[in-house]
Amino acid sequence: MKHLLSINDIDKEFALTILDTAAEMAKVTEGPVKKLPTLRGKTVVNLFAEDSTRTRISFEAAAKRLSADVINFTAKGSSISKGESLKDTAQTLQALGADAVVIRHPASGAAHRLAQGKWINGTVINAGDGTHEHPSQALLDAYTIRKHLCGGTGDLSGIHVAIVGDIQHSRVARSNVLLLTKLGATVTLVAPPTLLPHQVEQWPVRVSYDFSAVLPTVDAVIMLRIQQERMSDLYFPSEREYSTLFGIDAERLALTKPNSILMHPGPMNRGLEISAEAADSDQSVVVEQVANGVSIRMAILYLFIAGSQESVNG
Amino acid sequence: MVNSILIKGGAIAGGAVADLLIKDGVIAEIAAKIEVHADEVIEADGYVLLPGFVDLHTHLREPGRENSETIATGSLAAARGGYVAVSAMANTLPVADNSAIVEQVAAIGKNVGLVDVFPIGAVTKGLAGHELADLGSMAHSRAQVRVFSDDGNCVSDPLMMRRALEYVKQFDGVIAQHAQDPRLTEDAQMNEGIVASTLGLKGWPAVAEESIIARDILLANMVGARLHICHVTTAGGVEIIRWAKAQGMKVTAEVTPHHLLLTDECATTYDPIYKVNPPLRTQSDVNALRRGLADGTIDIIGTDHAPHPVESKECEWQSAAFGMVGLETAFPILYTTLIAPGHITWARAIEVLSSAPAEIA
Repeated sequence: MKHLLSINDIDKEFALTILDTAAEMAKVTEGPVKKLPTLRGKTVVNLFAEDSTRTRISFEAAAKRLSADVINFTAKGSSISKGESLKDTAQTLQALGADAVVIRHPASGAAHRLAQGKWINGTVINAGDGTHEHPSQALLDAYTIRKHLCGGTGDLSGIHVAIVGDIQHSRVARSNVLLLTKLGATVTLVAPPTLLPHQVEQWPVRVSYDFSAVLPTVDAVIMLRIQQERMSDLYFPSEREYSTLFGIDAERLALTKPNSILMHPGPMNRGLEISAEAADSDQSVVVEQVANGVSIRMAILYLFIAGSQESVNG
Repeated sequence: MVNSILIKGGAIAGGAVADLLIKDGVIAEIAAKIEVHADEVIEADGYVLLPGFVDLHTHLREPGRENSETIATGSLAAARGGYVAVSAMANTLPVADNSAIVEQVAAIGKNVGLVDVFPIGAVTKGLAGHELADLGSMAHSRAQVRVFSDDGNCVSDPLMMRRALEYVKQFDGVIAQHAQDPRLTEDAQMNEGIVASTLGLKGWPAVAEESIIARDILLANMVGARLHICHVTTAGGVEIIRWAKAQGMKVTAEVTPHHLLLTDECATTYDPIYKVNPPLRTQSDVNALRRGLADGTIDIIGTDHAPHPVESKECEWQSAAFGMVGLETAFPILYTTLIAPGHITWARAIEVLSSAPAEIA
């Protein structure tokens, strides 16, 4: 397995290996020396053609903790903003000797093009492509759910997860639907019909328009960021109405099981899809998701770069 | 100089095996055995002899986009694909919306001399949809334009469409409509359906095509004008045209080779060679198009041959240009999908490739 472009690239067994490896990585991170020599001499390029803070620094921290050399290549002030094609950028990275390219790009399928364009030899890790997928986010979400609700081992059988908000434009939702169901969880998508993908009934999920009705049965709630511009594109009448019907606040949170968790991939729109009270509640694991993100990305880089040359356990 | 060609032992129009003699570019005789001296003799044993094909929907790109195609290279591709005549779409730079451009295209085509090149005139100035192009002066120019189309764009304003349909009646013109509601397809990338939903590419709903087809059939019928629907891609579109013809309404319709063959599943590679306008649809749409072509609902094959420079396809899907090439593959695709399996006869193939498009143009 050379590239991580989509959750479809990994089977259940390998997904669990990533989660187990991330747990090992977390132990390192908690120790006094937060660094492993695993990727010494390897070059990881963070190619971020779209603004991103947390995913980029998370991958950067992960690569550095594995002793890789990290090159950050971001849109602003780079050749990408001067209109350089993805092909030329890729060939530049190839010439720099990149062992892995972590790519964030506004175009769906950009990671696929990079991996299949025969422009580079290195491993391609999709860090979010347009409205397609964001596999490392789904893996860190699964890791977080497993840690809180499954004792940190095994799959997610019996777990019910609600994903709430702009499913249509969410790469986080797509990767999570694939991964969580692969791991045995039940997934319910909650959104206005305008923000659900066409023919969503063919996905292995349940769909509800009634957030409050779903809440008492769920173990984890993943809130998605709602983009302000969706309103002008006629997806819903007003922010206030969206917030009322599909936002989470203390009152809605009270409908959930006491041990359930509240998640958000960030950045949050406090007061829109999530109230400050809910975001800062005891059930919220939003900050922990960030920490888990580093462990997951260490596991991904380790398994896809080092693991592609030597045995994972060796 | 070759003045006579004798083709021996071919299946004439897919039927009986016979010899065929051409003198001065015209078929002089067809008989079981022709024993005359000819300048050139072609042994056609095992071959099928068909009349030259006519394409009502070609993008030759010249003037202005010669890095994609020229009238010379496009003519060469057409001749290689079995075509003897092509209608060149108006979305050149500058747009073929006046007599000077259409006469230039016709003159270059004649000069190249490989196939007949018939320029199509734009319906609206600059394909912008706001003012009628110089329809009459193009019709009365040396290019004698009869087909008008904003192809690439839809004539979406219903009043503009009505006026254009009515106006071109005076010289027996036909409006070839690119049916695509612009508002329903803003930023659209591929067929709206489960594949687009999974790939995270913005969907292009079938109804954006079907609603324009329905509207324009009703408009054309009301004013008694000739309407041709370019590149039908959906089962619903086929059904609307079938209904219209059953009512006795006048309309002709076209399907491209690629829409007879490929589906939106091709997009799962994110390889933009499969990015085309209108988009590849589902297998049930493909099946409906094949049935429609077989039963006469769809009248012709139009290639929508639309070449682009390599850099326009060697990129991310959403940055890539829409368009496929088709002149050289149209016949092989029709043969593979419909003729060889026995869904259509050779006689029907000749209609959809040659006689029907010639009649419309």
